[in-house]
Amino acid sequence: MTAEQWTTVADVASAVCLLGGAFLAFAAGVGVLRFPDLLARMHAGTKPQVLGLILVLIGLALRLRSGGAVWALVLVAVFQMLTAPVAAHMVGRAGYRTGKVRSDLLVVDELTSDQELARVRDKDRVEDENPGD
Amino acid sequence: MTAVVVVCGVLLTIGAALAVVRAEKGPSMLDRTIALDIVVTTMIAAVAVYAAVNRRADVVPILVVLSLVGFVGSVTIARFASVEPEGEGRVRTREEIAAQEAERIDGEDWAEESRRSGRREGTDEHHGGGAEGEVR
Repeated sequence: MTAEQWTTVADVASAVCLLGGAFLAFAAGVGVLRFPDLLARMHAGTKPQVLGLILVLIGLALRLRSGGAVWALVLVAVFQMLTAPVAAHMVGRAGYRTGKVRSDLLVVDELTSDQELARVRDKDRVEDENPGD
Repeated sequence: MTAVVVVCGVLLTIGAALAVVRAEKGPSMLDRTIALDIVVTTMIAAVAVYAAVNRRADVVPILVVLSLVGFVGSVTIARFASVEPEGEGRVRTREEIAAQEAERIDGEDWAEESRRSGRREGTDEHHGGGAEGEVR
């Protein structure tokens, strides 16, 4: 294929990637508005944060096609992949500890049962150490 | 390319608008954090679409900055602002404001009085310590 054809192919691929990223951002908006509780909304919010962003950045890189800019875009994607789990962990932990997680909507809740087990074990240990208290 | 831009713009605008609606409705601070995270991500996507359409490589640093700002914001709110005292999000009535104001002035008068009479309150003094409303 000639260089011109390759340019067209890259432009079409970039358009597809940009459309995919924009659609994921739209889906996140719908999800965050419609979902019932904090964890479900977090689930909707992560879609454009990682996959959508990477799609948009691939689209942009295919369109720019210059070395320096593309490395900066790789940097953005790496930053986002490093920071998104940390932010999600902080939000989820704060939500669990301030009681914003609806347990009736959860399929599996290992944290609560583990905490109860740990509490029981702690109590047993205290009673073993101080018998007769 | 024009059609792609229009479709992308419409999708991003609607997505951001819906996230802003969620940020307004709440009901908790953490829901607002998530909604504003989505708004920031949508902004990154919008800047990227703009750069792609006009082939402008010079706006790429903006993307780096935006991706870091979103992280700092959500972590700060999750750590320090997620505990909301009961009834803080409500608009108070005039009577309630007057009562609280009178209470505050009384408290200040009392503190001034006790300071004048030379009683030092060692228990009330604290230097630093944990931030109020912090999630541990």
